[in-house]
Amino acid sequence: MNKVVANADVAIKDIESGMTIMFGGFGLCGIPENCIRAIVNKGIDNLTCISNNAGVDDFGIGLMLQKKQLKKMIASYVGENAEFERQLLSGELDVELVPQGTLATRCMIAGYGIPFVPVLAGVGTEVAEGKETVVRNGRQYLIEEAFDADFAIVKAWKGDTMGNLIYKDTARNFNPLMAMAGKITIAEVEELVAPGELDPNMIHTPGIYVNQIFQGTDYEKRIEQRTVRKRS
Amino acid sequence: MALNKEQIAQRIAKELQDGFYVNLGIGIPTMVANYIPSGINVVLQSENGLLGMGPFPFEGDEDADLINAGKQTITTLPGSAIFDSATSFGMIRSGRVNLTVLGAMEVAENGDIANWKIPGKMVKGMGGAMDLVAAAKNIIVAMQHTDKAGNSKLLPQCTLPITGLRCVKKIVSDLGVFDITENGFVCREYAPGVSIEEIKSKTAGKLTIADDVKEITF
Repeated sequence: MNKVVANADVAIKDIESGMTIMFGGFGLCGIPENCIRAIVNKGIDNLTCISNNAGVDDFGIGLMLQKKQLKKMIASYVGENAEFERQLLSGELDVELVPQGTLATRCMIAGYGIPFVPVLAGVGTEVAEGKETVVRNGRQYLIEEAFDADFAIVKAWKGDTMGNLIYKDTARNFNPLMAMAGKITIAEVEELVAPGELDPNMIHTPGIYVNQIFQGTDYEKRIEQRTVRKRS
Repeated sequence: MALNKEQIAQRIAKELQDGFYVNLGIGIPTMVANYIPSGINVVLQSENGLLGMGPFPFEGDEDADLINAGKQTITTLPGSAIFDSATSFGMIRSGRVNLTVLGAMEVAENGDIANWKIPGKMVKGMGGAMDLVAAAKNIIVAMQHTDKAGNSKLLPQCTLPITGLRCVKKIVSDLGVFDITENGFVCREYAPGVSIEEIKSKTAGKLTIADDVKEITF
Protein backbone atom coordinates (compact mmCIF):
# COMPACT_ATOMS: atom_id res chain seq x y z
CA MET A 1 0.00 0.00 0.00
CA ASN A 2 2.90 2.34 -0.68
CA LYS A 3 1.59 5.28 -2.74
CA VAL A 4 4.75 7.32 -2.86
CA VAL A 5 6.00 8.74 -6.14
CA ALA A 6 9.27 10.61 -6.59
CA ASN A 7 8.01 14.09 -7.38
CA ALA A 8 5.34 16.21 -9.06
CA ASP A 9 6.48 15.36 -12.61
CA VAL A 10 5.91 11.66 -11.97
CA ALA A 11 2.66 12.28 -10.12
CA ILE A 12 1.09 14.20 -13.01
CA LYS A 13 2.46 12.06 -15.87
CA ASP A 14 -0.98 10.63 -16.74
CA ILE A 15 -2.69 14.01 -16.87
CA GLU A 16 -3.44 14.85 -20.49
CA SER A 17 -4.75 17.80 -22.45
CA GLY A 18 -8.53 18.14 -22.24
CA MET A 19 -8.89 16.61 -18.79
CA THR A 20 -10.81 18.01 -15.81
CA ILE A 21 -8.70 18.68 -12.73
CA MET A 22 -9.61 19.84 -9.23
CA PHE A 23 -7.12 22.00 -7.35
CA GLY A 24 -7.39 22.42 -3.59
CA GLY A 25 -6.83 25.81 -1.98
CA PHE A 26 -8.58 29.05 -1.04
CA GLY A 27 -6.92 32.00 -2.73
CA LEU A 28 -3.25 31.08 -2.54
CA CYS A 29 -3.68 29.29 0.80
CA GLY A 30 -3.17 25.52 0.62
CA ILE A 31 -2.61 25.27 -3.13
CA PRO A 32 -0.55 22.39 -4.61
CA GLU A 33 2.37 24.53 -5.75
CA ASN A 34 4.56 21.66 -6.94
CA CYS A 35 1.95 20.06 -9.19
CA ILE A 36 0.91 23.41 -10.66
CA ARG A 37 4.55 24.05 -11.57
CA ALA A 38 4.83 20.58 -13.12
CA ILE A 39 1.66 21.04 -15.21
CA VAL A 40 2.95 24.41 -16.42
CA ASN A 41 6.24 22.77 -17.43
CA LYS A 42 4.51 19.85 -19.12
CA GLY A 43 2.60 22.29 -21.32
CA ILE A 44 -0.68 20.36 -21.63
CA ASP A 45 -3.72 22.47 -22.47
CA ASN A 46 -7.51 22.58 -22.91
CA LEU A 47 -7.84 21.80 -19.22
CA THR A 48 -11.03 22.29 -17.24
CA CYS A 49 -10.08 23.50 -13.81
CA ILE A 50 -12.25 23.25 -10.69
CA SER A 51 -10.95 25.47 -7.91
CA ASN A 52 -12.47 28.06 -5.58
CA ASN A 53 -10.26 30.78 -7.10
CA ALA A 54 -8.04 31.26 -10.15
CA GLY A 55 -4.84 32.37 -8.47
CA VAL A 56 -3.17 35.71 -9.12
CA ASP A 57 -1.42 36.84 -12.27
CA ASP A 58 1.96 35.34 -11.46
CA PHE A 59 1.20 32.59 -8.97
CA GLY A 60 -1.03 29.57 -8.46
CA ILE A 61 -3.51 28.78 -11.21
CA GLY A 62 -2.59 32.14 -12.74
CA LEU A 63 0.61 30.46 -14.00
CA MET A 64 -1.48 28.05 -16.10
CA LEU A 65 -3.58 30.96 -17.38
CA GLN A 66 -0.44 32.76 -18.51
CA LYS A 67 0.47 29.75 -20.65
CA LYS A 68 -3.12 29.49 -21.96
CA GLN A 69 -3.51 25.96 -20.63
CA LEU A 70 -7.11 26.37 -19.46
CA LYS A 71 -10.24 25.94 -21.54
CA LYS A 72 -12.69 26.36 -18.69
CA MET A 73 -12.60 27.57 -15.10
CA ILE A 74 -15.19 26.47 -12.54
CA ALA A 75 -14.85 28.69 -9.46
CA SER A 76 -16.75 30.86 -6.97
CA TYR A 77 -14.54 33.96 -7.09
CA VAL A 78 -12.05 34.96 -9.77
CA GLY A 79 -10.98 38.51 -8.90
CA GLU A 80 -7.34 39.58 -8.50
CA ASN A 81 -6.29 38.24 -11.88
CA ALA A 82 -5.93 40.54 -14.90
CA GLU A 83 -4.94 37.78 -17.34
CA PHE A 84 -8.06 35.84 -16.33
CA GLU A 85 -10.17 38.89 -17.12
CA ARG A 86 -8.47 39.37 -20.48
CA GLN A 87 -9.02 35.74 -21.54
CA LEU A 88 -12.61 35.77 -20.32
CA LEU A 89 -13.51 38.98 -22.18
CA SER A 90 -11.76 37.80 -25.37
CA GLY A 91 -13.69 34.52 -25.30
CA GLU A 92 -10.57 32.34 -24.98
CA LEU A 93 -11.70 31.09 -21.59
CA ASP A 94 -15.05 29.72 -20.50
CA VAL A 95 -16.09 30.31 -16.89
CA GLU A 96 -18.76 28.75 -14.71
CA LEU A 97 -19.33 30.64 -11.48
CA VAL A 98 -20.64 28.47 -8.65
CA PRO A 99 -21.68 29.66 -5.17
CA GLN A 100 -18.90 28.70 -2.78
CA GLY A 101 -20.96 26.41 -0.56
CA THR A 102 -22.40 24.70 -3.62
CA LEU A 103 -18.88 24.25 -4.99
CA ALA A 104 -17.79 22.63 -1.73
CA THR A 105 -20.88 20.45 -1.58
CA ARG A 106 -20.52 19.28 -5.20
CA CYS A 107 -17.00 18.14 -4.31
CA MET A 108 -18.19 16.53 -1.10
CA ILE A 109 -20.99 14.49 -2.66
CA ALA A 110 -18.62 13.21 -5.35
CA GLY A 111 -16.48 11.77 -2.56
CA TYR A 112 -19.55 10.39 -0.78
CA GLY A 113 -20.93 8.65 -3.88
CA ILE A 114 -24.04 10.85 -4.04
CA PRO A 115 -24.90 11.97 -7.60
CA PHE A 116 -26.80 15.18 -6.90
CA VAL A 117 -28.06 17.35 -4.07
CA PRO A 118 -30.82 19.96 -3.58
CA VAL A 119 -29.53 23.40 -2.51
CA LEU A 120 -31.16 26.75 -1.77
CA ALA A 121 -28.22 28.89 -2.83
CA GLY A 122 -28.85 30.49 -6.21
CA VAL A 123 -32.64 30.06 -6.32
CA GLY A 124 -34.08 33.02 -8.21
CA THR A 125 -30.67 34.03 -9.60
CA GLU A 126 -28.73 33.53 -12.82
CA VAL A 127 -27.18 30.44 -11.22
CA ALA A 128 -30.59 28.74 -11.44
CA GLU A 129 -30.88 29.15 -15.21
CA GLY A 130 -31.32 25.79 -16.96
CA LYS A 131 -31.24 23.85 -13.71
CA GLU A 132 -33.75 21.28 -12.55
CA THR A 133 -35.58 22.25 -9.37
CA VAL A 134 -37.45 20.39 -6.66
CA VAL A 135 -39.97 21.68 -4.09
CA ARG A 136 -40.07 20.34 -0.52
CA ASN A 137 -42.23 21.79 2.25
CA GLY A 138 -43.00 24.80 0.09
CA ARG A 139 -39.39 25.72 -0.63
CA GLN A 140 -37.73 25.48 -4.01
CA TYR A 141 -34.27 23.95 -4.34
CA LEU A 142 -31.83 23.69 -7.24
CA ILE A 143 -30.52 20.27 -8.17
CA GLU A 144 -26.74 20.46 -8.22
CA GLU A 145 -24.62 17.63 -9.63
CA ALA A 146 -21.57 15.97 -8.14
CA PHE A 147 -18.38 17.03 -9.90
CA ASP A 148 -16.77 14.51 -12.21
CA ALA A 149 -13.02 15.20 -12.25
CA ASP A 150 -10.33 13.05 -13.84
CA PHE A 151 -7.81 14.17 -11.25
CA ALA A 152 -7.89 15.94 -7.91
CA ILE A 153 -4.67 17.56 -6.75
CA VAL A 154 -4.42 18.55 -3.12
CA LYS A 155 -1.86 19.96 -0.74
CA ALA A 156 -1.56 18.72 2.83
CA TRP A 157 0.71 19.51 5.76
CA LYS A 158 1.64 15.95 6.67
CA GLY A 159 1.01 12.65 4.98
CA ASP A 160 2.18 9.08 5.34
CA THR A 161 3.22 6.66 2.63
CA MET A 162 -0.25 5.06 2.73
CA GLY A 163 -1.82 8.37 1.69
CA ASN A 164 -3.33 9.46 5.02
CA LEU A 165 -3.37 13.26 5.22
CA ILE A 166 -3.45 16.03 7.81
CA TYR A 167 -3.92 19.68 6.85
CA LYS A 168 -2.79 22.77 8.73
CA ASP A 169 -5.00 25.70 9.72
CA THR A 170 -7.16 27.24 6.99
CA ALA A 171 -4.98 25.61 4.32
CA ARG A 172 -7.50 22.77 4.80
CA ASN A 173 -10.40 24.54 2.98
CA PHE A 174 -11.35 22.56 -0.16
CA ASN A 175 -8.45 20.10 0.02
CA PRO A 176 -10.07 17.22 1.94
CA LEU A 177 -13.25 17.52 -0.14
CA MET A 178 -11.40 17.40 -3.43
CA ALA A 179 -9.13 14.61 -2.19
CA MET A 180 -12.28 12.50 -1.85
CA ALA A 181 -13.74 13.61 -5.17
CA GLY A 182 -11.16 12.92 -7.87
CA LYS A 183 -11.17 9.71 -9.93
CA ILE A 184 -7.43 9.83 -9.25
CA THR A 185 -6.14 11.90 -6.34
CA ILE A 186 -2.61 13.25 -6.06
CA ALA A 187 -1.46 14.63 -2.71
CA GLU A 188 1.63 16.76 -2.21
CA VAL A 189 2.71 17.23 1.38
CA GLU A 190 5.21 19.32 3.28
CA GLU A 191 6.26 16.36 5.37
CA LEU A 192 6.03 12.71 4.29
CA VAL A 193 6.30 10.18 7.11
CA ALA A 194 6.15 6.42 7.64
CA PRO A 195 2.88 4.65 8.61
CA GLY A 196 2.36 4.87 12.35
CA GLU A 197 3.86 8.30 12.73
CA LEU A 198 0.51 10.06 12.30
CA ASP A 199 -2.10 9.63 15.03
CA PRO A 200 -5.06 7.80 13.40
CA ASN A 201 -7.41 10.03 15.42
CA MET A 202 -6.03 13.11 13.73
CA ILE A 203 -6.30 12.01 10.09
CA HIS A 204 -8.42 14.38 7.96
CA THR A 205 -8.26 12.42 4.68
CA PRO A 206 -8.13 8.61 4.93
CA GLY A 207 -5.53 7.14 2.58
CA ILE A 208 -8.11 5.15 0.62
CA TYR A 209 -8.94 8.35 -1.27
CA VAL A 210 -5.34 9.08 -2.23
CA ASN A 211 -3.64 7.37 -5.17
CA GLN A 212 -0.26 9.09 -5.21
CA ILE A 213 1.65 11.06 -2.63
CA PHE A 214 4.98 12.87 -2.60
CA GLN A 215 6.88 15.31 -0.47
CA GLY A 216 6.86 18.72 -2.14
CA THR A 217 9.80 21.09 -2.28
CA ASP A 218 10.44 24.83 -2.37
CA TYR A 219 7.08 25.98 -1.05
CA GLU A 220 6.71 29.71 -1.53
CA LYS A 221 3.39 29.97 0.36
CA ARG A 222 2.70 33.43 -0.90
CA ILE A 223 0.44 35.70 1.19
CA GLU A 224 -2.22 37.65 -0.73
CA GLN A 225 -3.18 40.18 1.94
CA ARG A 226 -0.53 40.63 4.58
CA THR A 227 -2.43 42.23 7.47
CA VAL A 228 -0.64 42.71 10.78
CA ARG A 229 -0.77 44.56 14.10
CA LYS A 230 2.12 46.59 15.47
CA ARG A 231 3.67 45.19 18.61
CA SER A 232 3.00 47.59 21.44
CA MET B 1 -24.45 64.26 9.48
CA ALA B 2 -24.75 60.97 7.70
CA LEU B 3 -22.82 58.12 9.34
CA ASN B 4 -19.34 57.30 8.13
CA LYS B 5 -18.32 53.70 7.52
CA GLU B 6 -16.98 53.21 11.03
CA GLN B 7 -20.22 54.52 12.51
CA ILE B 8 -22.28 52.17 10.35
CA ALA B 9 -20.15 49.29 11.68
CA GLN B 10 -20.49 50.61 15.22
CA ARG B 11 -24.30 50.77 14.96
CA ILE B 12 -24.48 47.23 13.56
CA ALA B 13 -22.33 46.00 16.45
CA LYS B 14 -25.19 46.98 18.79
CA GLU B 15 -27.24 44.19 17.17
CA LEU B 16 -24.82 41.54 18.44
CA GLN B 17 -26.08 39.36 21.24
CA ASP B 18 -24.10 37.33 23.72
CA GLY B 19 -23.41 33.86 22.36
CA PHE B 20 -23.94 34.73 18.69
CA TYR B 21 -21.98 33.05 15.94
CA VAL B 22 -21.46 35.77 13.33
CA ASN B 23 -20.23 35.87 9.73
CA LEU B 24 -18.89 39.26 8.66
CA GLY B 25 -18.48 40.04 4.97
CA ILE B 26 -15.72 42.09 3.38
CA GLY B 27 -15.60 45.90 3.78
CA ILE B 28 -17.76 47.72 6.36
CA PRO B 29 -18.98 44.39 7.83
CA THR B 30 -15.39 43.46 8.77
CA MET B 31 -15.17 46.65 10.85
CA VAL B 32 -18.05 45.46 13.05
CA ALA B 33 -15.49 43.27 14.86
CA ASN B 34 -13.83 46.46 16.16
CA TYR B 35 -16.99 47.55 18.03
CA ILE B 36 -18.22 44.42 19.80
CA PRO B 37 -19.81 45.74 23.01
CA SER B 38 -18.07 44.84 26.25
CA GLY B 39 -19.68 41.96 28.07
CA ILE B 40 -20.89 40.45 24.79
CA ASN B 41 -19.10 37.32 23.62
CA VAL B 42 -19.48 36.44 19.97
CA VAL B 43 -17.64 33.91 17.82
CA LEU B 44 -16.68 35.09 14.34
CA GLN B 45 -17.03 32.60 11.50
CA SER B 46 -14.87 32.85 8.41
CA GLU B 47 -16.32 30.77 5.60
CA ASN B 48 -12.96 29.48 4.40
CA GLY B 49 -13.05 27.26 7.48
CA LEU B 50 -12.59 28.93 10.85
CA LEU B 51 -14.72 29.56 13.91
CA GLY B 52 -13.19 31.91 16.44
CA MET B 53 -11.36 34.35 14.19
CA GLY B 54 -8.86 36.44 16.11
CA PRO B 55 -7.23 39.79 15.30
CA PHE B 56 -4.49 40.33 12.73
CA PRO B 57 -1.18 38.74 13.79
CA PHE B 58 1.67 40.79 15.20
CA GLU B 59 4.26 41.78 12.61
CA GLY B 60 6.46 38.77 11.90
CA ASP B 61 3.89 36.26 13.16
CA GLU B 62 1.81 36.14 9.98
CA ASP B 63 1.26 32.64 8.61
CA ALA B 64 0.30 31.93 4.98
CA ASP B 65 -1.73 28.94 6.17
CA LEU B 66 -4.00 31.05 8.37
CA ILE B 67 -6.20 33.53 6.52
CA ASN B 68 -9.80 34.73 6.55
CA ALA B 69 -12.28 34.72 3.66
CA GLY B 70 -10.88 38.08 2.53
CA LYS B 71 -7.47 36.34 2.23
CA GLN B 72 -6.05 38.49 5.04
CA THR B 73 -3.63 36.98 7.53
CA ILE B 74 -5.37 36.49 10.89
CA THR B 75 -5.01 34.55 14.12
CA THR B 76 -6.94 31.92 16.03
CA LEU B 77 -8.17 32.35 19.61
CA PRO B 78 -8.45 29.95 22.54
CA GLY B 79 -11.38 27.74 21.55
CA SER B 80 -11.08 28.26 17.80
CA ALA B 81 -11.95 25.44 15.42
CA ILE B 82 -10.76 24.74 11.87
CA PHE B 83 -12.77 22.75 9.32
CA ASP B 84 -13.21 22.18 5.61
CA SER B 85 -15.34 24.29 3.26
CA ALA B 86 -18.28 21.85 3.16
CA THR B 87 -18.52 21.85 6.96
CA SER B 88 -18.26 25.63 6.89
CA PHE B 89 -21.24 26.01 4.59
CA GLY B 90 -23.00 23.19 6.44
CA MET B 91 -23.09 25.31 9.59
CA ILE B 92 -24.29 28.27 7.51
CA ARG B 93 -26.92 26.30 5.58
CA SER B 94 -28.31 24.58 8.66
CA GLY B 95 -28.86 27.89 10.44
CA ARG B 96 -26.20 27.60 13.15
CA VAL B 97 -24.71 30.95 12.22
CA ASN B 98 -26.91 33.46 14.05
CA LEU B 99 -26.10 36.61 12.10
CA THR B 100 -24.63 37.50 8.73
CA VAL B 101 -23.52 41.04 7.95
CA LEU B 102 -22.76 41.89 4.35
CA GLY B 103 -22.60 44.74 1.88
CA ALA B 104 -25.04 45.34 -0.98
CA MET B 105 -25.32 47.29 -4.20
CA GLU B 106 -29.13 47.23 -4.03
CA VAL B 107 -31.82 46.01 -1.64
CA ALA B 108 -35.48 45.76 -2.61
CA GLU B 109 -38.45 46.55 -0.37
CA ASN B 110 -39.25 42.80 -0.21
CA GLY B 111 -35.72 41.96 1.02
CA ASP B 112 -34.20 40.86 -2.30
CA ILE B 113 -30.49 41.68 -2.45
CA ALA B 114 -28.10 42.32 -5.35
CA ASN B 115 -24.42 42.46 -4.53
CA TRP B 116 -22.40 40.25 -6.87
CA LYS B 117 -22.54 41.41 -10.46
CA ILE B 118 -22.81 44.54 -12.58
CA PRO B 119 -23.66 43.59 -16.18
CA GLY B 120 -21.02 44.78 -18.63
CA LYS B 121 -18.34 44.97 -15.96
CA MET B 122 -15.88 42.27 -14.99
CA VAL B 123 -17.64 39.49 -13.14
CA LYS B 124 -15.58 38.44 -10.17
CA GLY B 125 -18.00 35.88 -8.83
CA MET B 126 -20.38 35.51 -5.92
CA GLY B 127 -17.97 33.76 -3.55
CA GLY B 128 -20.05 32.64 -0.58
CA ALA B 129 -22.64 35.42 -0.78
CA MET B 130 -25.41 33.38 -2.42
CA ASP B 131 -25.03 30.57 0.09
CA LEU B 132 -25.06 33.00 3.00
CA VAL B 133 -28.12 34.95 1.91
CA ALA B 134 -30.05 31.78 1.02
CA ALA B 135 -29.47 30.26 4.44
CA ALA B 136 -29.01 32.88 7.10
CA LYS B 137 -32.05 33.59 9.26
CA ASN B 138 -30.80 36.99 10.22
CA ILE B 139 -29.10 39.18 7.63
CA ILE B 140 -28.09 42.77 8.22
CA VAL B 141 -26.89 44.79 5.25
CA ALA B 142 -24.32 47.56 5.68
CA MET B 143 -24.53 49.97 2.77
CA GLN B 144 -24.53 53.52 1.50
CA HIS B 145 -28.09 54.73 1.03
CA THR B 146 -27.42 56.15 -2.44
CA ASP B 147 -24.89 55.57 -5.20
CA LYS B 148 -22.27 58.12 -6.18
CA ALA B 149 -24.77 59.85 -8.48
CA GLY B 150 -27.25 60.17 -5.62
CA ASN B 151 -29.62 57.43 -6.80
CA SER B 152 -31.36 55.41 -4.11
CA LYS B 153 -30.06 51.89 -3.48
CA LEU B 154 -33.19 51.00 -1.47
CA LEU B 155 -35.53 50.17 -4.32
CA PRO B 156 -39.01 48.84 -5.19
CA GLN B 157 -37.15 45.99 -6.90
CA CYS B 158 -33.53 45.26 -7.70
CA THR B 159 -32.29 46.23 -11.14
CA LEU B 160 -28.97 44.34 -10.87
CA PRO B 161 -28.66 40.54 -10.98
CA ILE B 162 -30.08 39.07 -7.77
CA THR B 163 -27.93 37.38 -5.12
CA GLY B 164 -30.86 36.11 -3.07
CA LEU B 165 -34.63 36.50 -2.71
CA ARG B 166 -36.50 38.01 0.27
CA CYS B 167 -33.62 37.50 2.67
CA VAL B 168 -32.56 40.88 4.08
CA LYS B 169 -34.13 41.69 7.47
CA LYS B 170 -32.39 44.93 8.36
CA ILE B 171 -30.31 47.66 6.73
CA VAL B 172 -27.95 50.07 8.42
CA SER B 173 -27.12 52.79 5.92
CA ASP B 174 -25.35 56.09 6.33
CA LEU B 175 -28.80 57.69 6.81
CA GLY B 176 -30.47 55.34 9.26
CA VAL B 177 -31.64 51.93 10.41
CA PHE B 178 -34.37 50.19 8.43
CA ASP B 179 -36.28 46.97 9.02
CA ILE B 180 -37.70 45.13 6.05
CA THR B 181 -41.28 44.10 6.64
CA GLU B 182 -44.28 42.99 4.61
CA ASN B 183 -44.92 46.70 4.14
CA GLY B 184 -41.48 47.47 2.76
CA PHE B 185 -38.78 49.52 4.45
CA VAL B 186 -39.56 50.80 7.93
CA CYS B 187 -37.30 53.54 9.23
CA ARG B 188 -36.58 52.86 12.92
CA GLU B 189 -33.70 55.26 13.46
CA TYR B 190 -32.16 58.20 11.66
CA ALA B 191 -28.54 59.36 11.69
CA PRO B 192 -27.84 62.44 13.84
CA GLY B 193 -28.68 65.54 11.84
CA VAL B 194 -30.35 63.65 8.99
CA SER B 195 -33.97 64.66 8.43
CA ILE B 196 -36.87 62.31 7.78
CA GLU B 197 -37.49 64.35 4.62
CA GLU B 198 -33.99 63.50 3.36
CA ILE B 199 -34.51 59.81 4.08
CA LYS B 200 -37.85 59.90 2.27
CA SER B 201 -36.38 61.64 -0.74
CA LYS B 202 -33.47 59.19 -0.98
CA THR B 203 -35.52 56.00 -0.57
CA ALA B 204 -37.10 54.85 -3.84
CA GLY B 205 -38.76 51.74 -2.37
CA LYS B 206 -41.89 51.77 -0.21
CA LEU B 207 -41.00 53.46 3.05
CA THR B 208 -42.84 54.03 6.30
CA ILE B 209 -41.51 55.86 9.30
CA ALA B 210 -41.91 54.05 12.60
CA ASP B 211 -44.12 55.88 15.13
CA ASP B 212 -41.31 55.67 17.67
CA VAL B 213 -38.53 56.63 15.23
CA LYS B 214 -35.51 58.00 17.06
CA GLU B 215 -32.02 59.25 16.51
CA ILE B 216 -29.24 56.66 16.31
CA THR B 217 -27.17 56.44 19.45
CA PHE B 218 -23.96 54.50 19.90
